[in-house]
Amino acid sequence: MAKRFQRLRKSQLVIPLFALLLLALFNLIRDPSFFSFNITVNNEGNSVLSGNIISILNSASELAIISIGMTLVTASSRGQDISVGAVAAIAGSVFVRVLKEHTINWPIILLAFVCACLVAVLCGAFNGTLVAGFGIQPMIATLILLTAGRPIAYWINGGATPTVESPLLGYIGSFIPGVPIPTPLLIVIVFAIFVSLVLRLTNLGLYTQAVGINEKSARLNGINAFGMKMLSFMILGICVSIAGCIGVSRMGLINHETLLLDIEMDAILAVAIGGNALSGGKFSITGSVIGAYIIQALTITLYAMKVPSTAVKAYKAIVIIAIVVLGSPVVQSFFLRLRNKMFPKPAKVEEKQAYAE
Amino acid sequence: MRNKNKQPADPQRIQLREPISNTNLLLIITVCTFFGMYGMAMAVWGGGFLNPQQFLDLFNNNSFLIVISCGLTIVMIAGGIDISVGGITALVTMACVVYLDDKGGSVAGSMALALAIGTAFGLVQGLLVSYLEIQPFIISLAGMFFARGMTTIVSVAPRTAENEMFMALKEFRIVIPGIGSYGKTGNFIPARIELGVVIAIAVVILVFILLKWTRFGRNLYAIGGNSQSARMLGINVKRTRFFSYLICGVLSGIGGYVYLLHTGAGNASNASASEMQAIASAIIGGTLLTGGVGNVIGTLFGVLSLKTINNIVIASGLREPYWQSITTGMMLCFFILLQSVILRIRAGGTKRD
Amino acid sequence: MPNDIVLSMRNISKSFPGVRALHNVDFTLKSGEIHALMGENGAGKSTLIKVLTGVHPKDSGQITIAGSAKEVNIKSPQEAQNLGISTVYQEITLCPNLTVAENMYIGRGTYSFVSWGKMREKTTELLEKLNIPARATQQLSTCSLAVQQMVAIARAVDMDCKVLILDEPTSSLDEREVEKLFSLMRELKSRGVGIIFITHFLEQVYEVCDRITVLRNGELVGAYDIKDLPRVQLISKMMGKELDDITDLKNSRVSHVRAGTAPVYEAKGLSSAAGTRAFDFKIDQGEVNGFTGLLGSGRSESVRAIFGADKITSGKIFVNGKPAKIAKPRDAMKYGIGYLPEDRKQDGIVDDLSVRENIILALQVMRGFFRPFSKAEAEKFADEYIKLLGIKTASSDTPIKSLSGGNQQKAILARWLLTKPQYLILDEPTRGIDVGTKVEIQKLVLKLAEEGVSVTFISSEIEEMLRTCSRLIVMRDRKIVGELTQDDMTQAKIMHTIAGEAAQNG
Repeated sequence: MAKRFQRLRKSQLVIPLFALLLLALFNLIRDPSFFSFNITVNNEGNSVLSGNIISILNSASELAIISIGMTLVTASSRGQDISVGAVAAIAGSVFVRVLKEHTINWPIILLAFVCACLVAVLCGAFNGTLVAGFGIQPMIATLILLTAGRPIAYWINGGATPTVESPLLGYIGSFIPGVPIPTPLLIVIVFAIFVSLVLRLTNLGLYTQAVGINEKSARLNGINAFGMKMLSFMILGICVSIAGCIGVSRMGLINHETLLLDIEMDAILAVAIGGNALSGGKFSITGSVIGAYIIQALTITLYAMKVPSTAVKAYKAIVIIAIVVLGSPVVQSFFLRLRNKMFPKPAKVEEKQAYAE
Repeated sequence: MRNKNKQPADPQRIQLREPISNTNLLLIITVCTFFGMYGMAMAVWGGGFLNPQQFLDLFNNNSFLIVISCGLTIVMIAGGIDISVGGITALVTMACVVYLDDKGGSVAGSMALALAIGTAFGLVQGLLVSYLEIQPFIISLAGMFFARGMTTIVSVAPRTAENEMFMALKEFRIVIPGIGSYGKTGNFIPARIELGVVIAIAVVILVFILLKWTRFGRNLYAIGGNSQSARMLGINVKRTRFFSYLICGVLSGIGGYVYLLHTGAGNASNASASEMQAIASAIIGGTLLTGGVGNVIGTLFGVLSLKTINNIVIASGLREPYWQSITTGMMLCFFILLQSVILRIRAGGTKRD
Repeated sequence: MPNDIVLSMRNISKSFPGVRALHNVDFTLKSGEIHALMGENGAGKSTLIKVLTGVHPKDSGQITIAGSAKEVNIKSPQEAQNLGISTVYQEITLCPNLTVAENMYIGRGTYSFVSWGKMREKTTELLEKLNIPARATQQLSTCSLAVQQMVAIARAVDMDCKVLILDEPTSSLDEREVEKLFSLMRELKSRGVGIIFITHFLEQVYEVCDRITVLRNGELVGAYDIKDLPRVQLISKMMGKELDDITDLKNSRVSHVRAGTAPVYEAKGLSSAAGTRAFDFKIDQGEVNGFTGLLGSGRSESVRAIFGADKITSGKIFVNGKPAKIAKPRDAMKYGIGYLPEDRKQDGIVDDLSVRENIILALQVMRGFFRPFSKAEAEKFADEYIKLLGIKTASSDTPIKSLSGGNQQKAILARWLLTKPQYLILDEPTRGIDVGTKVEIQKLVLKLAEEGVSVTFISSEIEEMLRTCSRLIVMRDRKIVGELTQDDMTQAKIMHTIAGEAAQNG
């Protein structure tokens, strides 16, 4: 038990968990009722859970899912994918397009989702080819879809913002009758379980990290670096399509300009707050997911403090700066030296690596 | 990198003709592309393209983008990135309008305010990136959020400037004698450029001089090329980086003022997506995101090319707004691939005699 | 002090927590002298230089520089520079995207504005004076590595240096480039610059140096004139052993090849995009062969071609007599071939991963994407080899980057041993490793051969190969020029074969 705690202390989850704790404490002090949730009856006559916590967990769903994919891409390709919002709009457009052509029932919804998924994975493959095949930096390569993506989404639906009327979508976007937990949250839980199974039952984690840390070495061990990078972009495509479809289902329509706008920034932030190096290598998906919830919690907290939605960004910025400053190596080593001065430790016999060359 | 061909062909030298530098090669490609595109447009679609005013409007409408792209070029050459430029622009427009109209400020005061805001952002971001060694993407992302948020805190509703002195400045035009077009009623309308264009060109020239002839400018290239080496060579990397962000911030402030001169209004959605356009312009102009290579003249042509594509798209009949963005994306894709292929070929052979 | 002494270090001591890196070390450099500083890893050479260049402050001792009888206290690299001590490192510390002229002058002096014309003129002058084949206005990245190295030296020299420290300058150069470097060094010597030359290439030391200082375990063993110190004595002083200790490894030079079986690996006309000319090669079961030749002769490229590490452009391959296709490392691994890369930092270790993950990596890849080892299995493998090879690490979870070079190498070796290869390629397995481990590795190679594993062994130290190999392939300029076995395997014969026609060209 002590060893586990020791490991946790040094792990990269310290800062995000600490930030989450801080946020929780802040809310507790400011307004203890913040955390309350109760059962209410919503428009469709179902009894559902509601409250700030539920609100946070619910609205963070798209971000959490995209953060999972973004973590893999960052880890393997040593850069960020800034086209996720635009590709989500494309996926959402495809979803709506398929739905509009047919009467809506479950098989059609499934078909629409599969189509959206395929298109998003294709976009992922495009990005992946540029990055893995041509060696272009991810942020630059994905700039292309960022610029052209939302317009393409527009074009898919002929320039309109079509609405889709169906109570079935409500099942996805809000609640399944009889289940008090919002469906997007359930989707996140299911997806997270799926992802952790994949990580446990395959070598996705090991190979991705190896490629991100030292690609040459990974190749010499027989790992297909091109394949791993493509895979990470394509997995991100799947994540993005899920998020896009959830987004559309919430509102019953697709607005290409605003669907998941700026979510790429939030996703990158979530990955960074989660303790992952933006330059690739070792990663922790748990960290990124925690990061996603921190960002959403921050937003909801600010709303609860009656901050107008347009101004929320400014406060988010300050918190982000605080977190990354605290996590920066310079500040960390400063605190370490401070701690060593205050509580000097007995000298250990360490590996003489740096000195005895 | 002049005089490269003036060296006598010395038989003892292993290479008789020395290859052109990466920076210059990419610049030439960009300039040729622009003139090629414009020439083709003039030939194929004539009409508006033959109108000198349309060419000048490329400058009139986009001078703010030119200014902030210059700032971004400086930062990118040193290997960094700054995506807060658009946000700072919007904040400056809103703050200046409110200052001019509500607080009864002077025009000079509003200019000082613009510079102050830009400097403040550049200062803080520079400190955090160079001295605390935090990733510039995150810091400037936060800067962008902060600026956009502050814009709505200053004023939620869009505001139009009404200050008379300012309006005079805004409406001021420099007339270019001799060239112009014929209006609908048949009279000659001489070509005009706005004040913002003068500022933008001045900025381009100053930044060009900075990058080519000052110690600071050359240090930027060194850091972008190999920051470890730069440190060993005696360059104060942290300080140079800091100043690159500071200057970018100042230029964002100036860009914001130029934007205001052009539109005369403060609005939270001003300059949206302009940071990506600035980055795209720099890339098209031959600046590498990895640093060490870049040229502000190329960036200028990058802006012009980007906006010309839009005009071409409209002229060719694709009027829906999404076509412009799609073609921008395609152009970007083309240039990115071109750069990557060219650089790979040049780096390709391991240099052994 | 006598006028020709340009640097004098007396009684230098330096300790770090838990380690005494230098103890009462003296070092003297005369003007116009090329002085080699030698010692095995851990001897203290690096620390001595870091003290001299202001990276670490010394604990005690005095340093004096020519022209001033006063003691100096060097607190920073900038100060060292100002005192006339310049250093050129193994990795080129210049900016590849700038021109030669810019690289010469950037960061120096107090100018605010660049005068391109003057810079170009002064650079051209200096380049001509030092006979460096480069143009002032060409981009540095278009120069060869050797020329880049020379530009770095020219810069150091131009800054009025009295002491020039060259830290492993020849590691990435081929033989012709090394010669160019040496002629530059001799030119500088004739101008009175004192040069400290740090290298582990014995031949180069004997070719260009005047004196040698040997350190061992942080203490001074002695300073000698080159002519007074034959190689064999130098080695024994560096290792603190008498020669007999290391030659007790007997190599009967008879291979353990089982007669009548097909060679484990055979290639005809194999060539790769990395530039090796098409070559034929075969190795029998249980045989240990070596590739020898000077640095840059193509040994690593050849074995990489065998392993499929570079793009293969032609060749027919047979494994155990049956045709095989090896286009990438994964293919080679499938056929039971393993490869320990030459550059362990760049190609070997995955530095942020743990020792355990590094050890099981290759075997894991062979097992497949969908079949990861359980934590218990992985730990068992790791612990087994940590014990077997004596890898010093706090635990198998430690990130491999915190291990010393020798232990990292052992971990990579463990990685390939774990895959139970039938043919193991070791490219410079003993480079940068302490003597004790070197011997262990050589013993291991012989043991593997006894067990029927074929081994290809590459080393810059001919003695090592003579001790372990039963057949030596000699390479020069990217092609095979000879093959030596049994009685032909002597240092002299090897040198001759390498020299080949070049000796006639003189």
